[in-house]
Amino acid sequence: MAYSPKPLGQRDPLLNMSHIEKTFASGEIVALKDMNLTLNDGDFLSLLGPSGCGKSTALRLISGLMQPTRGKIDWIGGQGKDDLGVVFQEPTLMPWATVTQNVFLPFKLKGTAYAAVKDDILEALKLVGLEKFQNSYPRELSGGMKMRVSIARAMVTRPKLILMDEPFAALDEITRFKLNNDLLELKAAYGCTVIFVTHSVFESVFLSDRIVVMAARPGRVIHELEVTAPYPRTEEFRTSAEYAAHCRSASDALQDAIGVAA
Amino acid sequence: MSLAENAPTAPVIDEEELSRARWAQINRIAKWFLPTVVLLGSILAWHLYVTINEVPHYILPGPVLVAQSVVEDWALLWPAMVTTTRLTFFALILAIAGGVILAVAFTQSKWVEMSFFPYAVILQVTPVIAIAPLLQIYMDSAFAAALACAWIVAFFPILSNTTIGLKSADHNLNDLFTIYGATRWQRLRYLAAPSALPFFLGGLKIAGGLALIGAVVAEFVIGRAGTGLGLASTLLEASYRFNFGRLYAALILISIMGVVIFAITSLISHLLLRSWHESALKRET
Repeated sequence: MAYSPKPLGQRDPLLNMSHIEKTFASGEIVALKDMNLTLNDGDFLSLLGPSGCGKSTALRLISGLMQPTRGKIDWIGGQGKDDLGVVFQEPTLMPWATVTQNVFLPFKLKGTAYAAVKDDILEALKLVGLEKFQNSYPRELSGGMKMRVSIARAMVTRPKLILMDEPFAALDEITRFKLNNDLLELKAAYGCTVIFVTHSVFESVFLSDRIVVMAARPGRVIHELEVTAPYPRTEEFRTSAEYAAHCRSASDALQDAIGVAA
Repeated sequence: MSLAENAPTAPVIDEEELSRARWAQINRIAKWFLPTVVLLGSILAWHLYVTINEVPHYILPGPVLVAQSVVEDWALLWPAMVTTTRLTFFALILAIAGGVILAVAFTQSKWVEMSFFPYAVILQVTPVIAIAPLLQIYMDSAFAAALACAWIVAFFPILSNTTIGLKSADHNLNDLFTIYGATRWQRLRYLAAPSALPFFLGGLKIAGGLALIGAVVAEFVIGRAGTGLGLASTLLEASYRFNFGRLYAALILISIMGVVIFAITSLISHLLLRSWHESALKRET
């Protein structure tokens, strides 16, 4: 069954970032400055911005891989941090393990027996269209297929929140469009919240219902947009006037971000 | 009329593919054929050189004499070869154990690495031939002293390669393990160890050859005391007696051992990596 999130504005907050600052090299490089962001349960939130705007730093802070220099990240209701899925820009699969073993990894590290989650793994692989490749090794798969395995691994534990750091940046456009569609279906199937880092205006508009535009040096949030078009979004949405209008406003906001930085 | 009607139903094999297949076939045969020709040619040239010039056997024995020595001295050479094989094998096993355990300790604790790495290097760079006589003095058993020599030579490549391998895990995978709350042991077992495997196997190939060299050096130095060690001692003794047929026979057997060790370590490496590692990958051109 497909989950559908509450309408924008009625969702429960999941995570609150307040006055986050992150500096590197003893304060010489300011990666993030005074970042405020509330993430709601069910959001598909894109962080859109030029290189160096701190998008990836924000993800690393949320995932707990880094601690903020100043400010606080609150997980509302205590959920979240231990209930994460992550997709990196590279598929980041273990080359020595088969597709099934790679998707089993998050369970394995939590001490769950394979037999107990066998069906979950198979279901995740079916949803990404790779049930025929269960015993293949990563090197036998194309770039797009590897990324599907990576997404299946992130989703298989049914985490509350999935963090995606430019996952489709290295793929060709046709594969990318296909994976965009699939990602929306997966989100509906698993009912998770997504933070998606990208520097593609078109990708962010197609996928998200919230777009947070960031500027660089120092990294900060300068605009927030809502993409009100309902899900499920199909290929028709890509060619609609509504999509074009959203792209225009997102593009203007991004221009603004680049202009401010320059 | 249309092109589709005339399309052949059998798979099309073009000229290029045919010639590639032919070359692959020729290469497969040549890979074995050419070295065999070189070997037989060299033996023949050796034989002719010795017979025509009437080279005395205490300068250079001919291949026939060497072959005779192998057969006639087999009762002497075989136990010697068993001893050298045992020495090499145990030295390699201990080198693997020592190298891997130390590499794991180094990567688990920076302090351990800082404390002991310089001494591992010193042990490595000090010529084993200079240590061997000392070991002989301090250790009661000649076999144990020789084993220690061979171990010192063989363990460093395992230690060095495994240490680099354990540190070479993909950064994103490391982050992923952190996010999923992996324990130290899980990270070692499921991430660092498989990442290190190709490096370890590279070290093993080198260490296999070095264990044999270490064993030979140890026998040269320690076997001299008449302790009757393996093939290298036999070789040395034969040279004192001007028994050059036996000397060459021992030399050839040592070489064969080296080749066998290399073949076995290469096979192990191939079997462990063939399903996933780039080095074992056959590319379709």
